[in-house]
Amino acid sequence: MKKRFSQRIGFGILWLCMAATLFFLGSIIYFIVVRGAGVFSWQFLTDVPRKSMTAGGVAPAIAGTVYLTMGAMVFALPLGIACAIYLNEYSPRGFIVNIIRMSINNLAGVPSVVFGLFGLALFVKSFKFGVSILSGSLTLGILVLPLIISAAQEALMAVPQSLREASLALGATHWQTIKRIVLPNALSGILTGAILSIGRIAGETAPILFTAATFYNRGFPKSIFDEAMALPYHIYALMTEGTHPDQQTAIAYGCALILLLLVLAISASAIIIRQRQRRFHA
Amino acid sequence: MHEKMNAKMEAREINFYYGAVRALKNINMSITGNTVTAIIGPSGCGKSTFIRLLNRMHELVAGSRVEGHVYLDGKDILDPTIDAVDVRRSVGMVFQKPNPFPKTIFENISYGLTVNNVRDKDYIEAKVVESLKKAALWDEVKDRLKDNALRLSGGQQQRLCIARCLAVGPEVLLFDEPCASLDPISTGKIEELMLELKKNYTIVIVTHNMQQAARVSDTTGFFLMGELIEFGKTQDIFTAPKNKQTEAYITGRFG
Ligand SMILES: Nc1ncnc2c1ncn2[C@@H]1O[C@H](COP(=O)(O)OP(=O)(O)OP(=O)(O)O)[C@@H](O)[C@H]1O
Ligand SMILES: [Mg+2]
Repeated sequence: MKKRFSQRIGFGILWLCMAATLFFLGSIIYFIVVRGAGVFSWQFLTDVPRKSMTAGGVAPAIAGTVYLTMGAMVFALPLGIACAIYLNEYSPRGFIVNIIRMSINNLAGVPSVVFGLFGLALFVKSFKFGVSILSGSLTLGILVLPLIISAAQEALMAVPQSLREASLALGATHWQTIKRIVLPNALSGILTGAILSIGRIAGETAPILFTAATFYNRGFPKSIFDEAMALPYHIYALMTEGTHPDQQTAIAYGCALILLLLVLAISASAIIIRQRQRRFHA
Repeated sequence: MHEKMNAKMEAREINFYYGAVRALKNINMSITGNTVTAIIGPSGCGKSTFIRLLNRMHELVAGSRVEGHVYLDGKDILDPTIDAVDVRRSVGMVFQKPNPFPKTIFENISYGLTVNNVRDKDYIEAKVVESLKKAALWDEVKDRLKDNALRLSGGQQQRLCIARCLAVGPEVLLFDEPCASLDPISTGKIEELMLELKKNYTIVIVTHNMQQAARVSDTTGFFLMGELIEFGKTQDIFTAPKNKQTEAYITGRFG
């Protein structure tokens, strides 16, 4: 009797925790949809901001966010995959590699504003890239690098050792084995990890604060050396500056909704890729 | 290099270490060409360690170390100046669990050729057919070469792995418990195949199945705790073993 009772209490507590989590998640989505949907229109998505950001659209901010995240991935994806291959397939397992691994994991825990300062010092100032899409992309890329490395390492580790052995036993070199057996089998895992990390950086504000973002742009950026508007920073700007708080708040929620949809769409595509791959291998 | 006679492969004074653990102790073994040599012994006695040494697969284990020589046609393949890739082309290996690549049947067989820089399409196609025929799999798969190899049955997969191995053109074939995950009918097919392959290849097989060793092998080596306890004609080992421990093992009175 007593045993069953305490089990019930246990389950009850677990259920409550889960319900609370779902409640917060649900209310975030609810709030943002309710408050943001009002300003949604074709013009909102495609036009530039007008009347000191109280009307018009947020298209430059959407474009900026897309450019910045794509730039970050172009930089971080090859680098991260290469690092993961080296760590997983080549490096001798030992003291130094363990330290490298640990540093990479720690890098993932560094506050993002620190990356922002680093990007300002290195890319904006030392490399003289200025406040630009290039500087912001590189900064975001470094921020996302540890995520990509660990996702890629996990995917590489999931490739059965027996396949590597089969390939080597047929007279393939180490590199041929990686290129023709290991990578193709790890690819979908690497891609899903990478896509999920896109979601992570699309919403980052601090790293682009000093390196790429601008409060207001008349139009779209023309080169990677231009400053850019970006959705998260645009939200911040709308809420802290300007003279028409009411209209601006509504637009800020609209931007938040776009970000949310963007991230959801990205996660959904990751899930779809994973499912496809599972079906193929079964 | 003195009394090689017609040994295809020869292990001389082999000691093998996993870190500080000595897994093989002073092994000497001479493997005659066009015969089947069975390696038997209880779990953990070093059978896999020994057979993997014969095509340098032991190098994949970090922290392992080997002393001694392994000769293939009189050439020491453990010599560091010799490329392991070349050794593995001459000495192929089939593993305990069938491990086809998640590719088509055709690609599985052609893989060993393309990684060795064979580009001629007609030649590759001919080799794929020839290898599948040699591995007694052709009739079962000739209409589905574009199918994913993972859809084959376990026994078919193992014969595919044998075919894949043959395509590279090895002289020696190593089998590490090739039938451990197969049913009796598939096992029978693989045993038949080995007797056929022996005409053109030299075969070394690790097995836990005494009847299998007796059926397919000409020579048998009994390992115990890293030592080669007895090595001789299969018939002699199974009917009149010289060593008490060998006798205990093959009659099943041993762990
Ligand atoms: N990678 C490794 N690292 C450390 N020790 C190992 C490793 N592989 C094998 N050993 C040890 O070496 C000894 C011989 O192992 P091996 O795999 O050669 O045995 P086996 O005769 O093939 O056994 P089984 O019949 O179970 O396959 C065992 O004591 C094992 O624990
Ligand atoms: Mg074994």
